[in-house]
Amino acid sequence: MSSPSLQQQNLPGGESASAVKWVSLTLLAIAAWFALYSQLVPFSRWLVGLLPIEADSHLYEAMAFFAYDTPKVIMLLSLIVFLMGIVRSFFSPERTRAILAGKREGVGNVLAACLGIVTPFCSCSAVPLFIGFVSAGVPLGVTFSFLIAAPMVNEVALGLLFGLIGWKIALTYLFFGLGVAIVAGWVIGRLKLEGWLEEWVLKIRGGAADVPDEKLTVIDRIREGLEAVRDIVGRVWIWIILGIAAGAAIHGYVPADLMAKIMGRDEWWTVPAAVVIGIPMYSNAAGIIPVVEALIGKGAALGTVLAFMMSVIALSLPEMIILRKVLTVRLIAVFAGVVGTGILAVGFLFNTLF
Amino acid sequence: MKNIKVLGPGCKRCDALVKMVEEEAAAANIPVTVEKVTDYAEIAQYGIASTPGLVVDGNVVHAGGLPKPENVRQWLAA
Repeated sequence: MSSPSLQQQNLPGGESASAVKWVSLTLLAIAAWFALYSQLVPFSRWLVGLLPIEADSHLYEAMAFFAYDTPKVIMLLSLIVFLMGIVRSFFSPERTRAILAGKREGVGNVLAACLGIVTPFCSCSAVPLFIGFVSAGVPLGVTFSFLIAAPMVNEVALGLLFGLIGWKIALTYLFFGLGVAIVAGWVIGRLKLEGWLEEWVLKIRGGAADVPDEKLTVIDRIREGLEAVRDIVGRVWIWIILGIAAGAAIHGYVPADLMAKIMGRDEWWTVPAAVVIGIPMYSNAAGIIPVVEALIGKGAALGTVLAFMMSVIALSLPEMIILRKVLTVRLIAVFAGVVGTGILAVGFLFNTLF
Repeated sequence: MKNIKVLGPGCKRCDALVKMVEEEAAAANIPVTVEKVTDYAEIAQYGIASTPGLVVDGNVVHAGGLPKPENVRQWLAA
């Protein structure tokens, strides 16, 4: 997809030349990214060394964490969002809907959860997407699998987990995040709750519009990647800084055994407490993962932390309020209950296994 | 007179699309009426799954994200 030669055949000479230019500039920028990224540790040491703080104090620990993590997270996020922006230019909700329409439950749930990772989705589009899916014949449970996976298992969450905590945790989150979306959607489908949609939604017989595909060139796709960076990083940077500040405070000041006691694996109630606390907290992966990193560093149990993170991201009050336009309160309660139970199961499983 | 409808609940991109259509129409000297459709039920009638959507004389030509200005120009001229 990044090969300009594919595009050259049917483009006038000027455009293919500029496609080569765009691709080379992109590769150069990515090389510069890696060079800069490898120098972050010495850079942050140097920066914190300038401050008049004793090297072994709590404040020093906190500042060092902050000075290293902030550029690291923002750089990682920019690269991942850029690459994912290019991948997403190959998908659209309309195309995903065409794939899912008429699919059986089960297979449909698995497909929907996986497509939720790569399909461009923003919460402002959640209602049109929900109606668009359901009225075009995508089963309710399959639609829910998509709606649960899309915000929970995304490139921001996976990329930051990979960069900050490690690939094992990132893979674990991927599998169990998809698992929760698949099973919760399947359960909601089995419960046959179509009658619990708002009445006006049931009356809509829009069907699926035949939206013509727009031809995208290599340059268009790179532009979409850049646009995604501008949009997403521009929106979440404040959350990242707040998250890292909270993480830095935990890192520098919270005694290690306190976290192990509160969020440790010995107490059964820590997992449900983490889920309940996570619901009203509205953040996204970018803000919560630096906190998660610090919590794990202080001995919090993995299952409890994963449950907390999934709850913050997947069960958010603002999204439920948006969905209230199409779902009755009863259906939202079932949705929250089923997803919450799935997250609880993941939390308990991990605290038992690890 | 071309009848243009921009489908969207009122997000930033929907407003940007309205502006883009108005500018392109003015630049190409094409008379248009631009209408914002914000009602979810009405949006759903057009069968799209992402917003903003763009409807030119009753035909859905685009859904999801901002289209390229040159595409808007083409749709308006067609």
